[in-house]
Amino acid sequence: MKRSISKGMAAGLGVALAVTMAACGKTEPNNNSSGGSGDVDCSVYSQYGDLKGKSISIYTTFVDAEGATYEESFKGFEQCTGADIKYEGSKSLTTDVLGRIEAGAVADIVAFPQPGLLQQAVATGKVLEAPAAVAKNVDTYWTTSWRDYGSVDGKLYASPLGASVKSLVWYSPQAFKDAGYAVPETWDDLLVLTDQITKDGDVKPWCVGIADGDATGWVATDWVEDMVLRSAGPAAYAQWVNHESPFNDPKIVESLEEMSKIVRNDAYVNAGIGNIQSIAATPWTDGGTPLLDGQCFLHRQASFYGGNYAQESATVAEDGDVWAFYLPSADPSIKPILGAGDFVAAFADRPEVVAFQTFLSSPDWANAKAKVTEGGWTTANNGLDKANLRSAVDQLAFELLSDPSAEFRFDGSDLMPAQVGSDAFWKQMTAYFAENKSEQAVADAIEAAWPKS
Amino acid sequence: MGSWDSLLLHPTTVGGKLLLMVIAIAVFALVMAVVLALADRLGRFPGWVTALVFLFPVLGLVCFGLIYPALVTIKNSFFDATSDKFVGFANFATVLTGSEFLITLRNTLAWVLLVPLLATGIGLVYAVLVDRARVERFAKTLIFMPMAISMVGASLIWKFVYNDRVGILSRCYVTVAGWFGNEDAQAPHWLMNAPWNTFFLMVIMIWIQAGFAMTVLSASIKAIPDDIVEAGRLDGLTGVKMFRYVTVPMIRPSLVVVMTTVAMTALKAFDIVRTMQGGHFHASVVANDFYTWSFNNHDAGIGGALAVLLFVIVVPVIAYNVNQLKKAEDIR
Repeated sequence: MKRSISKGMAAGLGVALAVTMAACGKTEPNNNSSGGSGDVDCSVYSQYGDLKGKSISIYTTFVDAEGATYEESFKGFEQCTGADIKYEGSKSLTTDVLGRIEAGAVADIVAFPQPGLLQQAVATGKVLEAPAAVAKNVDTYWTTSWRDYGSVDGKLYASPLGASVKSLVWYSPQAFKDAGYAVPETWDDLLVLTDQITKDGDVKPWCVGIADGDATGWVATDWVEDMVLRSAGPAAYAQWVNHESPFNDPKIVESLEEMSKIVRNDAYVNAGIGNIQSIAATPWTDGGTPLLDGQCFLHRQASFYGGNYAQESATVAEDGDVWAFYLPSADPSIKPILGAGDFVAAFADRPEVVAFQTFLSSPDWANAKAKVTEGGWTTANNGLDKANLRSAVDQLAFELLSDPSAEFRFDGSDLMPAQVGSDAFWKQMTAYFAENKSEQAVADAIEAAWPKS
Repeated sequence: MGSWDSLLLHPTTVGGKLLLMVIAIAVFALVMAVVLALADRLGRFPGWVTALVFLFPVLGLVCFGLIYPALVTIKNSFFDATSDKFVGFANFATVLTGSEFLITLRNTLAWVLLVPLLATGIGLVYAVLVDRARVERFAKTLIFMPMAISMVGASLIWKFVYNDRVGILSRCYVTVAGWFGNEDAQAPHWLMNAPWNTFFLMVIMIWIQAGFAMTVLSASIKAIPDDIVEAGRLDGLTGVKMFRYVTVPMIRPSLVVVMTTVAMTALKAFDIVRTMQGGHFHASVVANDFYTWSFNNHDAGIGGALAVLLFVIVVPVIAYNVNQLKKAEDIR
């Protein structure tokens, strides 16, 4: 009895296996693309060749509606070349991409949200150097500093994708007009204006929110970076980011103290929300909301915050409900701009992957992406036609990015080692607000967290 | 790495992936067939050989899925961030001396001690109080319901409770302060001020686990033989004394099991801590720091050291649990 059962089971397994195999053979999808051009002008895509039946996978951090605009921007490429782009977006890219690379289970192309992470990926030895066509595009359409962010030890690995400008202060043009305020041209003007607002009415001028789950604190690190650029200067900023000077250098502590003049002054913050401590508890997505009902006058936040205002059905325009001005520096002849961006690197060198990578580094993609994005996206690709950007603030950000007199500097926390840039720096800045921790103590604690080797 | 094995092991096309799946299923079927065939042949051999053959797949998976990763983690804890260089006990030194790590350890200890005690205590008192009451079923359902909610879901609910502007706790605080004449009192930021914020996080787990404790303990209370209760009553025991001298000793094995189970859950308080505040405000626990260092900071050394530390903390709890279970069996 026992014997026959086990024999039966073994036979059964065999049958099941055969059935599964047969089923697999049938369900395999055929990758025939339509090949039809539709309303897309295929002439720009002819250079990428015929990629019928080929598929390319890309892995990014963009999901939901934002992710959909990326997929949309690849449509023309897919239709005209016949290639099939497999898009995967995940918010946990920063935590799982290195593991995937080690396991050899990574997509053909990965969009790294930070140069620091790209460097760690390159250290695994699995990232391929950018092909010649991509390097040529990067040289043609980006400044050398952008090329450097995508390079490790002088070798170009990744081409820049999107970009954002962080040195912006959001305000309500109407409220400014009613009160007779002018957009400040220098840092001192900004302090005077801040003081003026408190004297004129029963409101605090600045609203800030830095909470973002486990990423709480990044908004404050942007503040610090903007302050270091303005108070210590772009040269000191570069030394600080590369750890050629310590994090608790007196210049950095001074910059923090300059920042405290606004964000740790109970008379200035937290407009429409609460006390200084409330900054650490307010989600960054709500930080600028009090601006809309006149409870707050100034909100320092990146260009992509325009998307949040648009969601609250506010008009983002120079004559609309909200608009942004450049966060001025002490000396108006120096115009440092803090920004960030993402970078695409490849893990395969099949011809179709190279073609797609080349497309992503070209103005063709930048323009396609601009056309399908409602707002909250821009690039430092100077081949982009500004008119294609559909949101006014994205156009403003693009202007700043391509302003030759501006000194662009990349978000320092994205360049620092992860233990600092996305852990200690965030946590200490959160403590700066939550515990009123002194500027010196904050800087000392972050310096102590810097990896020794 | 040759190209053939990367094609086979890391397929990029749908066809390749399906082929890999088919091969995996075939290998599994083959192993099972061999195991079954062997077991069949070995029918004449002593029982332990048969047992071994049947255990082989499970042991294999435990070795591959549990023991091997555990060994790698222990190895990593003695190496640097990228697991290239041996650093001895340096990672453990960092973890056991850093001021922020010590706070993490303190918090973890508080979780392991307070959560089981409070959850079991509340569950026990509740079980005794509603035992044989008219609304017993309804009352039990009420406290059991949070068990059905995931840790992350519960955290999101409590996030609203603790919200300093619209949260019910904050509103209550402001109202009560108003009664005492403080008209413009502001609710404190419950989750921001250490060390009390850890306690507010624990409340969430106690809220969930008290229902579990109540259910198990209620069943044990009902299993106490009536003659023992009767004997106690004849000896003049009532109320609190009955609880102290009859109920608690009779359900002691269940109490220990509930406490150790909740303690182990508390050690894994990762979900609550991460969802509520992501390890900020000095309220982190070892499990959360382990995640941050392994996957955010990409430091396999410190991450490994934290995992090993967590393992070392949990071992005595498990040992005690197993020991108590054995004792309970001996009594029977």
